[in-house]
Amino acid sequence: MSRIERRFATLREQGRTALIPFITAGDPLKEVTVPLMHKLVEQGADIIELGVPFSDPMADGPVIQRASERALAHHTSLHDVLEMVRAFRETDNDTPVVLMGYLNPIEVMGYKTFAEAAAAAGVDGVLTVDVPPEEGSGFLAALREHGIDPIYLLAPTSTAERIRKLTAAASGFVYYVSLKGVTGAGNLDIAAVADKLAQIRTVTGMPVGVGFGIKDAPTARAMAEIADAVVVGSAIVSRVEQHADDPEAILEDIGNFVGEIREALDQGNGD
Amino acid sequence: MKLTELPDTRGHFGPYGGIFVAETLMAPIEELRQAYEKYIEDPEFLAELDADLQHYVGRPSPIYHAERLSRELGGAQIYLKREDLNHTGAHKVNNTIGQALLARRMGKTRIIAETGAGQHGVATATVAARLGLECIVYMGEVDVARQEANVYRMRLLGAEVRSVSSGSKTLKDALNEAMRDWVANVDNTFYIIGTVAGPHPYPAMVRDFQAVIGREARVQIQDMTGRLPDALVACVGGGSNAIGLFYPFLEDEQVAMVGVEAAGEGLETGHHAAPLCAGQPGVLHGNRTYLMEDPDGQIIETHSISAGLDYPGVGPEHAWLKDSGRATYVAITDEEALEAFHRLTRTEGIIPALESSHAVAQAMKMAPQLSRDQILLVNLSGRGDKDMHTVAAREGLKL
Repeated sequence: MSRIERRFATLREQGRTALIPFITAGDPLKEVTVPLMHKLVEQGADIIELGVPFSDPMADGPVIQRASERALAHHTSLHDVLEMVRAFRETDNDTPVVLMGYLNPIEVMGYKTFAEAAAAAGVDGVLTVDVPPEEGSGFLAALREHGIDPIYLLAPTSTAERIRKLTAAASGFVYYVSLKGVTGAGNLDIAAVADKLAQIRTVTGMPVGVGFGIKDAPTARAMAEIADAVVVGSAIVSRVEQHADDPEAILEDIGNFVGEIREALDQGNGD
Repeated sequence: MKLTELPDTRGHFGPYGGIFVAETLMAPIEELRQAYEKYIEDPEFLAELDADLQHYVGRPSPIYHAERLSRELGGAQIYLKREDLNHTGAHKVNNTIGQALLARRMGKTRIIAETGAGQHGVATATVAARLGLECIVYMGEVDVARQEANVYRMRLLGAEVRSVSSGSKTLKDALNEAMRDWVANVDNTFYIIGTVAGPHPYPAMVRDFQAVIGREARVQIQDMTGRLPDALVACVGGGSNAIGLFYPFLEDEQVAMVGVEAAGEGLETGHHAAPLCAGQPGVLHGNRTYLMEDPDGQIIETHSISAGLDYPGVGPEHAWLKDSGRATYVAITDEEALEAFHRLTRTEGIIPALESSHAVAQAMKMAPQLSRDQILLVNLSGRGDKDMHTVAAREGLKL
């Protein structure tokens, strides 16, 4: 059983929704990332999604793009990101870490080299935004060989056929993006999300996480009633941006924010 | 498999091309692919397109024998395919008309586009005005500054120009931003990509709309000279004018094909926009192709005097033509392009776009090596009016 599967099994027993915060590795400084990961766990994160900076993050909104730019300003590379995961694992061997990013940096490193290095560093899942399963057979094989869960996005516009195809390729969990759009956009329609999740669950027994548009405790609480996991990204990254020149404030502010979301989720589960 | 039968059903040209996009884009891309495959074989649609190309764009564009230039160079005869004479002054409109007519058939009321030099933006704003469609053009902040006149033209045509300040603030960032707009507004929006890049079906679709260049030229050159040319020469940024010229000649094995990238300040300086000559394969903007990237796989900033060639990727079909050896790719520096710009202007009375000047410069290099009865067919993809400020500034003048 993978670390991700174990975590979801435990949460299911407890009747709790997983909290998956997203941060961009190296934003605003390389040395902030590992302490911030520990802080997220301390405040109730169940899985950490770690963004790998890319120069052209097409599927992300301006908030996450600026985070990539801050991280790339001091050359945060894929090697650095793997090193951060390795350092995190020195004191946390339980919290799953999922890398989220784009294919090109991985392609340059080589699929096999990457999968081997990622597994050795303690990475549990990889979500490569711009690689649908049709284009990723070699990549998928490399991930599976090293026990890394390939995570896929599902969209409001995903047809039944695509949901089948994507869930067949995925393991660990699937990630439903609740808005037609990029990260950090617009408002959330809870009823529409609930309908789509029901459709997805007719196809797969895997846990379904929901992201894109969860920005505060009330939206998280509402989502807790229907989702197995909530991913909170832009709301956290914009707080990093606010305190970009004050790392201590980042830890404190984001710690508090994630704590609030945790509390809201547990209330939502308790209702 | 014949080169002309590519791409495969999922958009692959050998190992290149494909559909590398987030799941949020899969549905609109599939909708577009189905519409494109249906209408590209629909006689009524094709008749509508042909009529527009004739009466609105002014096709066919002529080919012109640059006799004085050929004589001075003392070698091969240079013929120019005059895409600069099209409405809006470049080849870009061939594609925007096609895609805009497709958008209308699909019931889309809002058009978005990315632009570098502004030529594709102007060509898009033009057809949007004619069809009464809302039009948003994304343009890098750097390009907005260096192509003021085109920005004003787009606004006159009723388009909203949105300046993009992320990343390197040029064409690639405008493309990122347009993709984001598309994802968020797929229900009513058609994204008109201006070059043979992006996820399938764009590289094939844009090629098919631009192939009118080569189809005409293939007939015209035989009418004028009684034979096929020895070589085709065209500039390559994303590569739409080049593929438009090359494609109908792919099976003519005796016709060489030379794509000309921007060497900027020189390939050895790193300040250029020549992924085929000095880059490596990778994945960007929805397809696998040659890219300019750093050792970490981050896309690097490009440099060219011509905004239209200032792009770190290239159409996947060019990547495949390079690997398969069917076409050859070379690079021309800013200086060489400027020299060709002046030379063509003075000897033939034709002011070429700086992009097209790269192709002219390559032809000027090749012609003296060839005999007088050989023929070079150069795609003069656009006119140089838009570049007056850039050229004058190089000479220390302010217009």
